[in-house]
Amino acid sequence: MPALPLALTAVQWWTFGIVAVTFLLYIGIAVWSRASSTGEFYVAGKGVSPVVNGMATAADWMSAASFISMAGLISFMGRDGAVYLMGWTGGYVLLALLLAPYLRKFGKFTVPEFIGDRYYSKTARLVAVICAIFVSFTYVAGQMQGVGIVFARIFRVEPTTGVMIGMVVVFVYAVMGGMKGITYTQVAQYCVLIFAYLVPAIFISILLTDNPVPQLGLGSKLAGSDSYLLDRLDGLTQELGFGQYTGRSRNIGDVFCIAMALMVGTAGLPHVIVRFYTVKKVKDARASAFWALVFIGILYTTAAAVAAFGFTNLLKEVPGKPYAEMPGWFKTYEDLGLMKWEDKNGDGLIQYYGSKIEDPAKVNELTVNKDIMVLANPEIANLPNWVIGLVAAGCLAAALSTAAGLLLVISTSVSHDLLKRTLLPHISEREELRYARIAAAGAIGLAAILGIKPPGFVGEVVAFAFGLAASSFFPAIILGIFWKRMNMQGAISGMVVGILFTMIYIIHFQFGFELIGIKQGVKDDYLFGISPQGIGTLGMILNFVVAVAVSLFTAPPPKRSKKWSRASGCRRTPISAPIVRRDEKSAFNRPPN
Amino acid sequence: MLETDGAPPLVSRFQPHFSFLLDPMSDDPTPQPPARSHRDPKAYWRKNITAVMALLVVWFLVSYGCGILWVDELDKIRLGGFKLGFWFAQQGSIYVFIVLIGIYVLYMNKLDREFRGTSPKQDK
Repeated sequence: MPALPLALTAVQWWTFGIVAVTFLLYIGIAVWSRASSTGEFYVAGKGVSPVVNGMATAADWMSAASFISMAGLISFMGRDGAVYLMGWTGGYVLLALLLAPYLRKFGKFTVPEFIGDRYYSKTARLVAVICAIFVSFTYVAGQMQGVGIVFARIFRVEPTTGVMIGMVVVFVYAVMGGMKGITYTQVAQYCVLIFAYLVPAIFISILLTDNPVPQLGLGSKLAGSDSYLLDRLDGLTQELGFGQYTGRSRNIGDVFCIAMALMVGTAGLPHVIVRFYTVKKVKDARASAFWALVFIGILYTTAAAVAAFGFTNLLKEVPGKPYAEMPGWFKTYEDLGLMKWEDKNGDGLIQYYGSKIEDPAKVNELTVNKDIMVLANPEIANLPNWVIGLVAAGCLAAALSTAAGLLLVISTSVSHDLLKRTLLPHISEREELRYARIAAAGAIGLAAILGIKPPGFVGEVVAFAFGLAASSFFPAIILGIFWKRMNMQGAISGMVVGILFTMIYIIHFQFGFELIGIKQGVKDDYLFGISPQGIGTLGMILNFVVAVAVSLFTAPPPKRSKKWSRASGCRRTPISAPIVRRDEKSAFNRPPN
Repeated sequence: MLETDGAPPLVSRFQPHFSFLLDPMSDDPTPQPPARSHRDPKAYWRKNITAVMALLVVWFLVSYGCGILWVDELDKIRLGGFKLGFWFAQQGSIYVFIVLIGIYVLYMNKLDREFRGTSPKQDK
């Protein structure tokens, strides 16, 4: 491990400066909004406008996967990378049309609570809690990995050390508490991250295509040339054996399943659904979903352009050039172990070829970690130092806002739902809070271990979380809202079968069950050619089938009085106040009848 | 609760579990006299479900159809520097998603106004 350099470079000065300023901004807003609301910590009573709530939802939603990893994955996947773009936006249509308004009416603010009440069962609630913990945990692991890469770049240390630093920062940030609950902090985080994403994208778009709008630049002609950017990129990728950039290469069924798992998973993510309770009316919940997607769409449509720009620059700058002439960024990432060059034929030139190259004389000498594309993009394009610092601050904003939200889900699930409600009903509120902290620390620790030995790139790890959410929650919520015959037995068995199937499949193909002597599965054994990222779709279908079948073969759910339902519909829920508010004796916890 | 007897059209198969979902008023925070919605709540629910299903069909066709299944045909058409299938997959589908939610929001607001009747509190 290289020691920390004592003298900071210009890039590091800019990075530390911008990161520090943004952190002060978040803390400042948190302090200011606490003070101004005169003791009323939760903005609840006043309600938040749909535009503001949409922006906060977008910040909550866009994580290290969206910000750091996605564009890089698309760069190397080309056309097929669209599964991430479509998957992580299309889910909002499901969320807005099928879930948000109805869940808002129920007045429930966590998924396990909804499931526990709708299915009049503590067991159902417990199963949902355990699913939520698994989903959130996998998601946090992806964030830790992303944070690790950013810190590795900032401090010029190995990614493992980066994850360690990230662990401390995320823990402090999450335990500082209320921060996460304050909508305006998240609005600030959104502004920082979108600014950090757009600035380099616009710069590079102008440099490459003379068009300042990246979304249009993607379809424009290269500056000072008569050929389109995408045609040029197709040419480069084909020549180097990466396959045509705009052409398909993955199995279409797999692409379909991954897109579906991501979309449906979006609609089942516990920490996103929570946000729709921060508005006053159902009308505002619908509008919030709209604004959230607008703000998310700005980043996502840009990401497609960033992916193509970055890859074009990389393929123009690197292949066939002498190693000795490589600019500083190349050696930086080499030192961090995120790029590797091995001069196999000893000619001092960098040979860079994809897996589809046919000429046996052309041997690839370079491996690039896909997660560095966004971070390295401004450096490859030779942008000013402050842009590089800005991107690092944006990465942290994205990762921290999401990680903090997820840790809150994990810690309250463990301390409140698992311990207080089930295992240790007599613990005091203070003890509960202590367990919550322990749970958060434990989750971060475990997530960091996964972050150090990642089973895939950040975006891929996060995709597993979505698969788990899709296969567990989505059917239980949808059937719970739209099918009155759906009962407790169906919901529980569906969730259990769905998540177990998906989890076992992912573990089998990503890690193998070495402890019990079963080796890691290989690609050829994929069920119907579906990769672990897309298996959530199959898990979801299985969940639906099992849930409906079991429901039909068991007794119908008990009838509820209209009055009871109406009361629940009218109940107001304060803005994200999980730890405090949940202790209230609510009418919901009474058994029906 | 709604009746499910007979051979219902596709729309009426989707029944809400709780009857308050049928009522456009039920999200109002202050208690209201119940007779406010002067029209049939079943009609409200039916219109809601029809709109949702129509929008989801478009959602599916655009994302899975134009973005994944039919790309080879669409790629033959060019839109400036984009092949159309590629554009749908990486750009167009996202714009369509935004528009779909926008339409849903406007339609449901209209539906709420229609079924809520004339309440001075809700009117803009």
